[in-house]
Amino acid sequence: MATATASRLTFRKPSVIPGFGLTFGLTLTWLCLIVLLPLSALFLKTSELSFDRLLVIMSNARTLHALQISFGLSLAAAAINLVFGGLVVWVLVRYDFPFKRVVDAIIDIPFALPTAVAGIALTTLYAENGWIGSLLAPLGIQVSFTPLGILVALVFIGLPFVVRTVQPVLADLDAELEDAAASLGATRGQTIWRVVLPSIWPALLTGFAMAFARAVGEYGSVIFIAGNLPGVSEIAPLLIVIRLEEFRYADATAIASVMLLASFVLLFIINRLQHWAESRGGRER
Amino acid sequence: MSIDVVNITKTYKAFTALDAVNLHIPTGELVALLGPSGSGKTTLLRIIAGLEWPDSGEIRFDGADALNRSVGERNVGFVFQHYALFRHMSVFENVAFGLRVRKGADKLPEAAIRAKVNELLALVQIDWLAERYPAQLSGGQRQRVALARALAISPRILLLDEPFGALDAKVRKELRRWLRQLHEELPVTSVLVTHDQEEALELADRVVVMGKGRIEQIGTPGEVYDTPATAFVHDFIGESLSLPADVRGGRLFLGERAIALDSQGASEGPARLLARPHEVDLADPAQAPFFGKVLAVRTFGPIRRADIQIVVPSGHVVVEAAVPFGEGLEIGSQVGLVPRRYRVFGAKA
Repeated sequence: MATATASRLTFRKPSVIPGFGLTFGLTLTWLCLIVLLPLSALFLKTSELSFDRLLVIMSNARTLHALQISFGLSLAAAAINLVFGGLVVWVLVRYDFPFKRVVDAIIDIPFALPTAVAGIALTTLYAENGWIGSLLAPLGIQVSFTPLGILVALVFIGLPFVVRTVQPVLADLDAELEDAAASLGATRGQTIWRVVLPSIWPALLTGFAMAFARAVGEYGSVIFIAGNLPGVSEIAPLLIVIRLEEFRYADATAIASVMLLASFVLLFIINRLQHWAESRGGRER
Repeated sequence: MSIDVVNITKTYKAFTALDAVNLHIPTGELVALLGPSGSGKTTLLRIIAGLEWPDSGEIRFDGADALNRSVGERNVGFVFQHYALFRHMSVFENVAFGLRVRKGADKLPEAAIRAKVNELLALVQIDWLAERYPAQLSGGQRQRVALARALAISPRILLLDEPFGALDAKVRKELRRWLRQLHEELPVTSVLVTHDQEEALELADRVVVMGKGRIEQIGTPGEVYDTPATAFVHDFIGESLSLPADVRGGRLFLGERAIALDSQGASEGPARLLARPHEVDLADPAQAPFFGKVLAVRTFGPIRRADIQIVVPSGHVVVEAAVPFGEGLEIGSQVGLVPRRYRVFGAKA
C-alpha cells in the first residue's frame, strides 16, 4: 500500500510515451487561461462584497426564487431525460427499423440548433394559439410563460446528452449477459432490472449530470418561452443579466458564484454516486 | 435427461449453419460437439438451449417437445464461452441469481438460497471467493463461477460453449479433468462444444464431429480417432499424412504406378490415402509403396518428425513422418514410406 501511495505522488513516472513535460505544461497553461482565470476573476469580484451585503443579496426573495427555479427545474428536466433518453437509447441500440440513421441524427439537433431558435420554436408551439398550446389550453394547462415552459425547454436541450453518453455503453453490453440471465430463468423484466440497468447505471448518471449542467446554464432557449416574470418564471442566468444591465456587477457575480458552487456540489455528489456504482461492479481493467 | 435432435435445419441468409442434423444423446452422457469454426456446433448448442430457434426440425428432452418452451422454462444450465458473469454482482450473487429470480411458489427463503449457493461454491472449490467481484478473478476462477451459476438451477442438462477456450493450457488441462469428475457426480447430461480435439477426446463419452453444418461421425473417442468415417474426420482429428491417389479396377495407383496397397473398396476415380504419421514406417525406397526426398528432420521432446517430399502426378506433396529413435536420416537422401495402417477415401467421401 505504501508503495502505491508513493508512486501516486511521484509526478513523473518512466514512460515510453515522450513529451510528458511539454504536453502537461501546455495542458495546465490552457486550463488556467480558459477555465481557471475567468473563474477566479468571478470569485475575486464577489469578494469585494462584504459578507453582510452578500447575505442581503442572496436572501432577496427574487434571487432565491430564481435559483430555486433554475436548480429545481434543471434537476427535474435531467430526471425526465434520464427516463426518456434511456428509452430512446434502448430503441436505437436494440431494434432495427427503417430510417434508423435519420432518427439517430435527429437526436443531435438540440446540440446544433442555436438555442434562441429553439426557444422561439418552442414558444410558437406552446403559446396559447400554437399547435400544442391550443390543445392544452382547454385543459387548463398553460405551458408558455410558466415554469412548465422552462421545463419543456430544458428537456429539449438536455436529451442528446443522455442519449449520446448511454448509447455506446449499451451497444457494448455483451448480449451473452442477457442470454445468461434468461437461461437462469429470469423474465425479461428481471433481466433488464437486475442485469442491464446496473450495467449502464454509471453511464446514465453521467448523462444525467451533463444534462443537468447544461440545463442550469441554459439561457437562450428558456428566456423566450419563460415569460421571465420575476418570482414566477425567472431563471438565475437571466437575473444575472438583468443585474448586469442595472450595473449591479457585485450582485451579478454573487449570484453567479452561488450558482457555480451549488452546481459544483451537485456534480460532485453525482460523481461520487457514479464512482460508487462503478466500484460495485469491480474496477474494469 | 436424454436429448433428441431431429432433422434440425438452420440458415442465416445464404449460409446454412445446420443441415438436417440428427443426434441422440442418452441420459447421463457427456458428449462433445467437435468441429472447426463455422461447422455449426455452437448454433446447435444454442438451439438445444433455446437461445436460438431452428428453421425446421425438433428438439426433444426425454421424448417431450422442447421447442415450445422458452430458454428459461427448459431448465438447462448454459456455460458461455466468455463466462458472461454479471460484473456488478459478487461471486455469491452471481451464483444466487438463478434462485433469486424465482417467483411465487418456487421462491426460496433466504436461508435456503445461502445454503444452496455455499454448497455450490464448495462444489466448484471457490467458496473462499464468495465476496469477490468477477473483475477480481482469474480466468479459471471465472469459469468455475460460471459453472456454479449454471448449476444453481439444478439443471438436468448442462451445455458448455467452448468452456476452456480462453484459458491457458495448464489451467485448461486441470479444469478438464475436474469437469469430467463433476459430470460423474451430478445427475446431468452434458453437451460440450469445442474445436480442441484433445479436449473432446479426453473428456467426452462420445464425440460428434461436425463439418459445414453436418454431422460427419458420431463415436467414442477411440472410434473417431482409429476408424474415421470420412476423410474430413481423418484430417480434422489427429495428425494426418495425405496422398492423392487413383482407384482403377479396384487397385490403387499413384500416378501411373500401381501401389501394393489395398484400395479398401473405395469408389473408382480419384481418391485420397490417409495415414497417421506415427503409423508409417521408414523403409528402403526400392521396396516401399512411396518414396521421397528428406527435406528436414525436427526433434521436439520425445518426438522426431521428418518432412518428406513425394513426387505425385500434380507436382509434389510434403508429408510428415515419424522417425524412430536412433534412426539416422540424412537430409536430401531418398527414403521409402510403408504405412502400417491407412485409410483410402474416394473423392466424394
